[in-house]
Amino acid sequence: MKSLDQTLALAWRSLVQVRRNPWELGDYSIQPILFLVLFLYVFGGAVAGSTEAYLPFVLPGVIAMNMLFVTVYVGHGLNTDLTRGVFDRFRALPIPRWAPLAGRILADLLKQALCIALLLIVGVLLGFRIETSVWEVLAMVALVLIFASAASWIMVLVGVLSRDPEHVQLFGFTALFPVTFVSTAFVPLETMPAVLQPFVQANPVSLLADASRALLSGGDALEPALWTLVWAAAIAVLFAPLSVWALNRRLARG
Amino acid sequence: MGSAIRLQGLVRSYNGTRAVDGVDLEVLSGSILGLLGPNGAGKTTIVRVLSTLITPDAGTAEVGGFDVVRDAARVREIIGLTGQYASVDEKLTGRENLLLIARLLGLGRGGARRRADELLGQFHLLDAANRPVQTYSGGMRRRLDLAASLVGNPAILFLDEPTTGLDPRARRDLWSLVGELREQGTTVLLTTQYLDEADALADRIVVLDRGRIIAEGTSAELKERVGGRSLFVVVADTARLDDAAGAIAPIVGEHPQARDNTLSVAVTSSAVVPTVLRALDQAGIEVVELGLRTASLDDVFLALTGHAAEVTSETAEEGA
Ligand SMILES: Nc1ncnc2c1ncn2[C@@H]1O[C@H](COP(=O)(O)OP(=O)(O)O)[C@@H](O)[C@H]1O
Ligand SMILES: [Mg+2]
Repeated sequence: MKSLDQTLALAWRSLVQVRRNPWELGDYSIQPILFLVLFLYVFGGAVAGSTEAYLPFVLPGVIAMNMLFVTVYVGHGLNTDLTRGVFDRFRALPIPRWAPLAGRILADLLKQALCIALLLIVGVLLGFRIETSVWEVLAMVALVLIFASAASWIMVLVGVLSRDPEHVQLFGFTALFPVTFVSTAFVPLETMPAVLQPFVQANPVSLLADASRALLSGGDALEPALWTLVWAAAIAVLFAPLSVWALNRRLARG
Repeated sequence: MGSAIRLQGLVRSYNGTRAVDGVDLEVLSGSILGLLGPNGAGKTTIVRVLSTLITPDAGTAEVGGFDVVRDAARVREIIGLTGQYASVDEKLTGRENLLLIARLLGLGRGGARRRADELLGQFHLLDAANRPVQTYSGGMRRRLDLAASLVGNPAILFLDEPTTGLDPRARRDLWSLVGELREQGTTVLLTTQYLDEADALADRIVVLDRGRIIAEGTSAELKERVGGRSLFVVVADTARLDDAAGAIAPIVGEHPQARDNTLSVAVTSSAVVPTVLRALDQAGIEVVELGLRTASLDDVFLALTGHAAEVTSETAEEGA
């Protein structure tokens, strides 16, 4: 009970921080909207024939992309705490060792949920129509959040290994751009060169985007959703212990 | 009175280099220990071991009777730590920083708010309480940092170079605060590069150099070790400083140390003063001021290590 309160206090702190981090705040609000509107009106005609036809395709893609970009702040925030000594302050307090990380990931999930809601609302304002039941929409949100919590472990590792917060951002975004764009997040598989297609099909961003599309607009969601979960489990199983190990190593050094 | 802090044979290396090389230390409950040493002496390493942030390579460390490795969780319940560099959250306001710590320490909503306001008042931060810390000056940050380490009323407090980078007024404020903590019975281990600071605040002083203790005792005892008194001579013409030193050395039996236009040397008796004055007069050296003073800790350091304590002007913000 006490450690839950402590985790909540740390999550609260991560959320309050956002107010004074204009870049981060922008990445949760203006940036996803901007991407959605730009993709929709610039590529809509070319990719799907019209913006109306492209909207149901691109909206889940932008949700998936934004989810990945938001995870970078898990690493960014952790690294800031490590380099500025805030993490040491926490470690000298009588709180569980995992609480600072847990607080951060919990806060991340809340931010993620708000971003998804924001994008769905903007999508609806732009003319998007949800064709499925509330349960399927909730399943879509849950799927994105599950994948986000797995992916944030990668960013924990980046946060631990980076020299400073700027490098976290540099490395995080540089790695995420190709992963996001070599996927079916924004364009259909058939339009891409044959050599790329196997990568695109296996890319968890594709699977997540496909599953989200089906869960919002109908179609076969089960298969891509299951594969997304497999990916999430694999990432978590690999990166959670690796990140904790790297973190402990960094802390033990000095 | 029992001992609040006890170190035995503490060794801690970084990449094979010993930062702390066999330190034994004891701090009595309710007393203030000054850990004095130049940059790189190993002060921060000792503080980090005592506050459970790093583990020793060899030796044992106990805080409040608890082993810092085996009973780390118990140790964390009774200590407060103000690290060498302010470790407050830049993006939160001063009040939010204190609220966070209070909540982490298990205070309820109301209790946390009251404790935060109390400390903000005590540290003259009420006016800035609702501003993000990134707008604070170095001194304000340091005060907030200290306030944060006092939220839980710790029985044992570690202050790592608490006044480095502070202006003289802020420094004096901090000194009086340490005085108040003493009255409340808090045990304080404070590190400093400032000799006058250890002199003013600490009941006992431990002098650390290159990871080893080279002397310890009360400030009076340490001064005793270098003869208790030192002769100082201020010359009018800096160019004649060497000549003056040459004239004084045979009389006192030791070569004086020069700093700016002042020479100083430890002496055992005041009887040398007229002789020195005469010798300088004969050499035609104009003297601005000449006298005896109680040896400063500067003299102590010099006598003990053979090199002056290099007091660097690192600022508190540098760690950011
Ligand atoms: N994290 C670290 N990695 C490598 N060397 C370190 C580290 N921290 C301290 N040192 C080295 O250990 C020695 C003691 O450092 P420190 O305890 O910080 O001294 P002080 O606090 O007295 O200035 C110094 O030589 C310093 O360079
Ligand atoms: Mg230090």
